[in-house]
Amino acid sequence: MSRPKSALVGVDVGGTFTDLAFFDEATGQFRTAKVPSNRGDEATGFITGLTRLGAIDALAAIIHGTTVGTNALLERKGAKIGIITTPGFRDTLEMRRRDRPHTWGLWGDFTPIATREMRLEVPERTLADGTVRTPVDVEAVKAAALDLLAEGAEALAIVFVNAYANPSNEQAAYLAARSVWPNAHVAHSAQILPEIREFERTSTTAINAYLQPVVGSYLSKLEDELAARRFAGTFHIVQSNGGVMSTAAARQFPVRTALSGPAAGVIAATEIARVAGFSDVVTADLGGTSFDVSLVAGGKPALAAQTTIDFGLVVRTPMIEITTIGAGGGSIAHVDAGGLLGVGPESAGSRPGPVAYGQGNSRPTLTDANIVLGRINAEKPIGGGLSRLDVEAARHAIDLHVATPLGLSPEAGAEAIVRVANARMAGAIRLVSIERGFDPARFSAVPFGGGGALHVGALLKDVGLKSALVPRYPGITSALGCIIADTRYDTVTTINLALDDLDASSLDVRMMKTGRAAYAVVAESGLTVTGIDVAYELDMHYQGQTHTVCVALPVTLAANGTSITPALTAAIIREAFESAYSRAFSRLLPGIPVRIVNVRTTATGRRPAFALKALAPPKSASMDAARRPSRRVWFDGGWREATIWSRLELPVGALIEGPAILEQPDATTVIDPGLRGTVDAFGNLVVERH
Amino acid sequence: MTPSAVLDPVTFAILTGRLEQIADEMDATLYRSAFNPIIAEARDACHGLYHAETGATMVQGAKGLPIFVGAMAFAVKAVIDKVAVSKDLVEGDTFIFNDPYAGGTHLNDFRLVRPLMRRGKIFGWLASVGHWLDIGGNVPGGYNPRATECFQEGVMFPPVRLYRAGTLQQDIVDILQANTRVPRSNWGDLNGQLNALDLGERRFHALLDEYGDAVVTAALDASSARAEALMRESIASLPDGIYTFEDYLDNDGIVDEPLTIALDLTVAGDRLTLDFSRSSPPCQGPVNIARSTAVAACYVALKHVFPAVPANAGCLRPIQFDIPATTFLGVSAPRPVAGYTEAILRMIGVVFGAIAQADPARATAAPFGTINALSLSGHRANGERWVMFSFFGGGLGGNPQSDGLNHANNPISTATMPPVEILEASYPVMFTQWALRPDSAGAGCHRGGLGAIYEIEALGPGGAEVSLLGERGRFAPFGVAGGSAAHLNQFTWDSDDGPQHPPMASKVTGVSIKAGQRVRLETPGGGGWGDPATRRAEMIASDVKRGFVSAPMAQGVRR
Repeated sequence: MSRPKSALVGVDVGGTFTDLAFFDEATGQFRTAKVPSNRGDEATGFITGLTRLGAIDALAAIIHGTTVGTNALLERKGAKIGIITTPGFRDTLEMRRRDRPHTWGLWGDFTPIATREMRLEVPERTLADGTVRTPVDVEAVKAAALDLLAEGAEALAIVFVNAYANPSNEQAAYLAARSVWPNAHVAHSAQILPEIREFERTSTTAINAYLQPVVGSYLSKLEDELAARRFAGTFHIVQSNGGVMSTAAARQFPVRTALSGPAAGVIAATEIARVAGFSDVVTADLGGTSFDVSLVAGGKPALAAQTTIDFGLVVRTPMIEITTIGAGGGSIAHVDAGGLLGVGPESAGSRPGPVAYGQGNSRPTLTDANIVLGRINAEKPIGGGLSRLDVEAARHAIDLHVATPLGLSPEAGAEAIVRVANARMAGAIRLVSIERGFDPARFSAVPFGGGGALHVGALLKDVGLKSALVPRYPGITSALGCIIADTRYDTVTTINLALDDLDASSLDVRMMKTGRAAYAVVAESGLTVTGIDVAYELDMHYQGQTHTVCVALPVTLAANGTSITPALTAAIIREAFESAYSRAFSRLLPGIPVRIVNVRTTATGRRPAFALKALAPPKSASMDAARRPSRRVWFDGGWREATIWSRLELPVGALIEGPAILEQPDATTVIDPGLRGTVDAFGNLVVERH
Repeated sequence: MTPSAVLDPVTFAILTGRLEQIADEMDATLYRSAFNPIIAEARDACHGLYHAETGATMVQGAKGLPIFVGAMAFAVKAVIDKVAVSKDLVEGDTFIFNDPYAGGTHLNDFRLVRPLMRRGKIFGWLASVGHWLDIGGNVPGGYNPRATECFQEGVMFPPVRLYRAGTLQQDIVDILQANTRVPRSNWGDLNGQLNALDLGERRFHALLDEYGDAVVTAALDASSARAEALMRESIASLPDGIYTFEDYLDNDGIVDEPLTIALDLTVAGDRLTLDFSRSSPPCQGPVNIARSTAVAACYVALKHVFPAVPANAGCLRPIQFDIPATTFLGVSAPRPVAGYTEAILRMIGVVFGAIAQADPARATAAPFGTINALSLSGHRANGERWVMFSFFGGGLGGNPQSDGLNHANNPISTATMPPVEILEASYPVMFTQWALRPDSAGAGCHRGGLGAIYEIEALGPGGAEVSLLGERGRFAPFGVAGGSAAHLNQFTWDSDDGPQHPPMASKVTGVSIKAGQRVRLETPGGGGWGDPATRRAEMIASDVKRGFVSAPMAQGVRR
């Protein structure tokens, strides 16, 4: 076979299903597959799914969104790790920032991922200005490493105080430790996060070590399975920042995969929306236990600098900002002794799941409410695991636990559950839009996952969003995102400089250096790119503040890598800072000196545009073929006759007036009364007000 | 809580979330724009919406400093009382004050109070409080352990207008700026608080426009009724009876005698009486508190025992407080109050102790119970003054669910600690220890959480001046349900004559250390819960292996 391979597969391994998307860049062919995931043996579902899509040896690249790292963290199933640190700072990881799990209530304790006997101190000290006060004792480092090995450590993190200001002691310790350590699972904190704040840097470096053996062996297993099937293409992983990296980089920085799968979903939703003409969107993923939203303004997903996976488990790497609330299809509805109706955060998950699944749960969930109201078709459950749903059991549970205590009919009780859940989802959208200074009337929702499109109409009304764009295949959005995502590499460096006496040319030189390094990582990733961009941001504040605002600089690395264009000046930086500060707060503070804390550098390798037309409905599609018998669905206090449609059989240009339900194997879309949906040229459904 | 003519249950549920979200957003706005780390990092601040006529708390942010959540209502009431007399309130007025006797806590806490006007009438009051770094007084940072009058603790502002009909009163700002060692920091924090009020005002107006004032008012009333109902239900779940508990402060910093906090807690059906009248009389030193502060402390304690009860004034209705002016828990001006934290922490512990007798299944052993307000200060080579001021952590108490949390913040706070690297980059100091303190917790079936050791070396040629206001140097955090007490607080500083300790246990000022000398603060852990003999063997083994307890101590019960 002489033609170069051109087929890509995106694989998203979720908790319940593994979703795959196949795309051939040369022929435009597109296919999808969905197979059950197997917790703890994710590789099996991965390979089963791949074989469904055709010959594995014919693939050019596989791009993977993984939750192996996230699950290992949440379930505390990472490796046994050791930490070597500065005298007096053995307990940084365990002491945290002196917080507690809940504002109210003092119960609960905390066990760090490296327990105390696995954290050792060696002689060394660097001061805040970078002066080495005590050079590191490398023999003590080797002895400590051997002690930790003897205690069973599989990975090692080296974290010294003030290493952000001068990493030389850490680097010397790293080389010493590597000389005695039997594997590659050794890192020092300035490699992972050369940024001020010792707890956040320690936590991130420790979590990286904790995940290294787990993610490494998972990737090796997949690579072995792929090699056995004569796969000769390249294999990549989606990072939490929404960019793709090589598996080599993923092995070195597994902490960057913490939100891999969800990030891929946001990337796909962003691209689908951009191609359809929507650059300002809020993505909304409703799963079994949670509702995840992200803001995309001007075609760019918002990034967060850090996230807390669980109490005391802080990861600080750039990641797509995903705001999660505990309201999903399995969230349980309850009325408290004070008469307040709540939905979640307690969840029945996918097992035992909603009451209507008949798997042992008797407390009503959001999905039960959607079933009782006729919004979900009880005869055709999505996912294919069950043959039908028990509407009567769901109705009884809602009556007993919600409707009767509130003095409502069962249907009104179910509607109350849906409205309260909608309000919580609307709150999450407000949090990422209004609270960040964005007017929701400019934004459209892009619901994905199995449940988002059930609630999208209400979100338009509650938050005042402009419209909603339901992707053609909401259930495989994350897998699609794997194919679409750019390659990307971010770095951060703490510099701590005053703007007033800034030597702009020396900052220029530093930025060129970080820019060239990031460029090289992207260039070596092995995926086809049409170009590589380098962008810079500064974390800045007024002297005396501890929090910073993120300031995008209007400069880039020149194509030849030898200059920053346009050349940096203090005036350019000040103007960018004041504009960012004004957006965040109502008052500038003239007269107070301004400081630059960190430089953030991002290299992005642009992937060839994905031809989303490949997803469009066939020419043969027609309204008549798509029409199904109508049924009763409860809206706004009463039963209404709603039209029912087979979503994938609708033609381009189809116009559906609410109330209507659109069904497809992986999702259900509700078009509320007063709204209408149109199928666009890509097969997306655009829902708007009349 | 019952749905009314204007409010259905669904709208009630929706508005409950919307209102809390606004207060949360006000909190976040101040944290992000504040200058001093006590607000920006330690979140020593709070925001909310308060009742138009009574000042009662209607809405609070989830992350607001717990003690402020209880105290703010009194602060707003102070403004209401003032304008009730002056009758000159207009839209665009914003009041500023720090009077601790009218609104609680101490002089460092500056409150901004602004009416939320709807069609010319007051709908409610927006308020913001934040802890400013320094407001004058004898000791940088304000925790003067030797104060005998509030005038030695800093400058006091009664409620005065910072804005009059929308115009900033620069004279007030000038007075504020002239009375602090850190004018830039205070100016930054003041602007942060104004940012938060501006935002709250915009958000509440938008919400009222969307739902209508009557519906929002009904939701606020229903929310208050719900808090009351949940509190009554919680109280009723305790067995009726009178439960008595006492604990002690080391001293007041002036007279070296213990102070007693005695509580007689009466449960009668769904009503609770907290009677502190057997406590010590007002004292000379700065550990007095105003009655409003004392009520707020009880509120914090009960919210920790019953966390599901919402944070608004309704939950106080079933509770009677007896806190007479004859005790140091109900003082008025000019009794010094800078160390108010120590008295309220002990009060909270005493409430836990009394509840433990009523119901061991709800018992929480004493938390470490001291703020340890430590300040190091001096002058840089260029003459600029520096003040490093922070509060320090300790262990929480063992409880029926778990061991106490190691190195936590105090129950009155959700404060996080500034990172060492931020402190070392800002001040001429080096931390030589930032570590857990082995053997500092009380033994128990569930032991207490560990306290910490902080050791700090002065780096600058001028060394540093040192002040500490702390407690638990003589009376250790107690255990409950058979658990043991924790270890005492201890403070040490280097001198040319060897290590020194404060004569008043944990209160000292006027100490100087030279470059290269250190101070060492060792904080208490929490008390233990349940009989130590019933602790599982593998938990004891793990404690020894981790170095949380030394082997001999693991064998037996402390003291």
